[in-house]
Amino acid sequence: MSDMTTPPTTRPAPRLRGRTKAALVLFVLAALLPVFAWATNDPYLVVIGTRILAYAIAAMALDLILGYGAMVSFGHAAYLGFGAYAVAVLSRHGVTDITLHLLAGISLSAVFALITGWISLRTRGIYFIMITLAFGQMAYFFFVSLSSYGGDDGVTLDARSTVLGQPWLENDQVLYYTALALLIGLFTLCARIVTSRFGRVLTGTRENTTRIEALGFAPFRYQLTAFVISACMTSVAGVMLANQAEFISPAFMSWHVSGELIVMVVLGGIGNLTGAIGGAFLALMLEELLNIFTEHWKLFFGVILVLVVLYSPDGISGLLRKLKLGGEK
Amino acid sequence: MTNLFILQLMNGLQFGVLLFLIAAGLTLIFGIMDFVNLAHGVLYMVGGYLMATFVALTGSFTMGLLLALPTALVVGLALEYLVIRKLYHRSHLDQVLATFGLLMIITEGVKILWGSSPLSVPIPPLLDGAIPLIGQVKYPIYRLAIIATGLAAAAGLYLIVNHTRIGMLLRAGATNRNMVAALGVNISRLFRLVFAFGVMLACFAGMMVAPILSVDTGMGESILILTFVVVVIGGIGSIRGAFLGALLVATVDTLGGTFGPILLRMVFDPATASQVGRTLAPMLVYILMAIILFAKPAGLFGRKPV
Amino acid sequence: MSGLSVRNLNKSYGALRVTHDLSLDIHPGELHAIIGPNGAGKTTLITQLSGQSPSDSGEILFDGRDIMRLSMPERVHLGLARSFQITSILPKFTVLENVALAVQAKDGSSFRFFRAVAQEARLNARAMEFLAQVSLDQSADLPASALSHGDHRRLELAMALASEPKLLLLDEPLAGTGGQDAEALVDLLAAQKGRITIVLIEHDMGAVFSLADRISVLVYGEIIATGTPEEIRNNAAVRAAYLGDEEAEEIPC
Repeated sequence: MSDMTTPPTTRPAPRLRGRTKAALVLFVLAALLPVFAWATNDPYLVVIGTRILAYAIAAMALDLILGYGAMVSFGHAAYLGFGAYAVAVLSRHGVTDITLHLLAGISLSAVFALITGWISLRTRGIYFIMITLAFGQMAYFFFVSLSSYGGDDGVTLDARSTVLGQPWLENDQVLYYTALALLIGLFTLCARIVTSRFGRVLTGTRENTTRIEALGFAPFRYQLTAFVISACMTSVAGVMLANQAEFISPAFMSWHVSGELIVMVVLGGIGNLTGAIGGAFLALMLEELLNIFTEHWKLFFGVILVLVVLYSPDGISGLLRKLKLGGEK
Repeated sequence: MTNLFILQLMNGLQFGVLLFLIAAGLTLIFGIMDFVNLAHGVLYMVGGYLMATFVALTGSFTMGLLLALPTALVVGLALEYLVIRKLYHRSHLDQVLATFGLLMIITEGVKILWGSSPLSVPIPPLLDGAIPLIGQVKYPIYRLAIIATGLAAAAGLYLIVNHTRIGMLLRAGATNRNMVAALGVNISRLFRLVFAFGVMLACFAGMMVAPILSVDTGMGESILILTFVVVVIGGIGSIRGAFLGALLVATVDTLGGTFGPILLRMVFDPATASQVGRTLAPMLVYILMAIILFAKPAGLFGRKPV
Repeated sequence: MSGLSVRNLNKSYGALRVTHDLSLDIHPGELHAIIGPNGAGKTTLITQLSGQSPSDSGEILFDGRDIMRLSMPERVHLGLARSFQITSILPKFTVLENVALAVQAKDGSSFRFFRAVAQEARLNARAMEFLAQVSLDQSADLPASALSHGDHRRLELAMALASEPKLLLLDEPLAGTGGQDAEALVDLLAAQKGRITIVLIEHDMGAVFSLADRISVLVYGEIIATGTPEEIRNNAAVRAAYLGDEEAEEIPC
């Protein structure tokens, strides 16, 4: 019998600790990248780096619902697009401030996610996957039809977003560190959310929805809230992506991009935030590397994907864990 | 105006039966195997390529079709054997990823094999030309042939599903998978059959449409999502739902594109009407889906998701 | 403590009538056992009372309030909790986290996003109390999936108790247990008697007849008898219903 006068009142979440450590390592490495690029005189690294950071934000946001809430959203590219088009459309009308761009992208995403999530979350399994996919496609077609913003061909930005009226983001390094700061900020936020009361209920719905209901929680509310939060965060990635590319087209939000986001999450290891960040890095680097060797990189990417799913269902972090266990023996 | 309406209605019907051919296989695969297959739309494209190749090879539409169909079946069996069967007991997420990978492999594979320039298939001479439909409205014979073939396929499927032992198993499987297993049926063989047959149907749609579209690697792209919409609207696992859903989606898609702007012009000035029309038309199908799902989350003929 | 009043409750699966015009009164504070042969519709009745599956028609009054249209979470908030026949826990959560989540449901809003729930001393302390009640406090930090079957049943019970229900629906809490595990669980239920109203479905007749204040017998979706253990023991219809059923021999005379 344990001594009830000193109940073990607080407990760390040991698994997240390890992951936070891994994330810290990633962030430090990321912070050093521009230095490395400067030393090796390869400014392109910073450009790719910004792209990776933007996708890392999106993948991490997706992991929040995919990994913690078991919601396989196949329409998340739409929110990437909302963020990107917020930059394009507002800039066109003379509103260049990044805060307003973020705000517009986030608001639009929140509304769209609330409505489509409301409908999608009444269903489960295959239905949910296909409905989110269809809604994503709906958003895609909306922007294809906007001929005043380039329609199918997209639109080139005259300039990047401004900060406090200053064109600081025109500098690639500044843009890079802005993206990194956003990633770290959102990672901290996500890490908080998943360990909070809300996060515990959300994770519970992933584990056993019926039990969660029997405890008195209505899963729908928690799932929908998480869905909206995730969508808003993804739109932040869209804002960064638009600034990095200085070009926006509906291709940003095609359903292939939604698929690639899922690939990133799973490749890195689902349900631990850090994995999604690593996954984004891995997937984009793989893409760049394969691209060097062959124009048919998608073929090899596809083969790798199928092999990973068939032989290492836990993704890279699962593989690492396996190797680690093997090493300890 | 009426003539245009009739023409577009016929085009909608023609598009609808094609959608149905693709959706039928998909809905069975979803419903019976609880398996998400993102690569299904690509197989429609593969059908087009097979047709283009075999028609060019034999110089005959019929011979081409007769060679392409069994090849499609072999493709389906091979896919099932190599990848799909290993995924039945995996999570939906794994299925999504693996078939997404397959989709990339197949698309790029096709590009490597056939190059990226579009191929074309000539309309068979027998079915070339147009015949008067009502009054002065003429309609291409080949498109009529597609409609007839599609409807015949639908009827055939209906008979198979409702009046044969296999069909009985399929219906039972769509409602209760465990029951089929309990009946002592060889599940893996049933799955292989359904999958390969579904693939063949999708390929068949691609073969039929090859002469009126250019065969290129993008042709499976947009149709896959529309097929998903059809399956979701109709209710997963329901052939009847797939048929109705396909006609509904195709009609809305075809008529919306033409008549949306015309109707809008009554409310807005022409420029606005045309922009709003162009914006709304491709979204109509999805709005339709949203409305139907809001009222019936399991689709028109779906069983309640448990 | 709360009572439950069921009037003309029905439920069919297709042509199969699982619950047939069922009426039942659970008095506040009693431990009311429901027994019946396999397939009598006991678990279905629990799913209907708890709100997990809807009823076709009838009336369920909880403390005089009609709860027919309420969802399971809503009923839990009114104080109507249940346990599951087949252990239903969160396998990847620790034992403590499982129970703390049940406590959390009763403790203010769960729409709190920033503070680490593991640091909430009050939730953990309360959860430990319930774990101590079922003697699982030593296993608090184990993943729930690592527990033995007997301990799973205890955890299941601890979660139900941690919901602090006014009325608890227990679906075969002893299922699959035996020997000491079963005895300990019976003692635990006995300790709850009088503190909350309990509806108990159980196949272990020894446990039922020793614990229950009243017993109802469910056969083919209908209550054929309700009474004290003594009355049920001597009821001819009950003995007939159980005739040939192995449980008939278990009814202690």
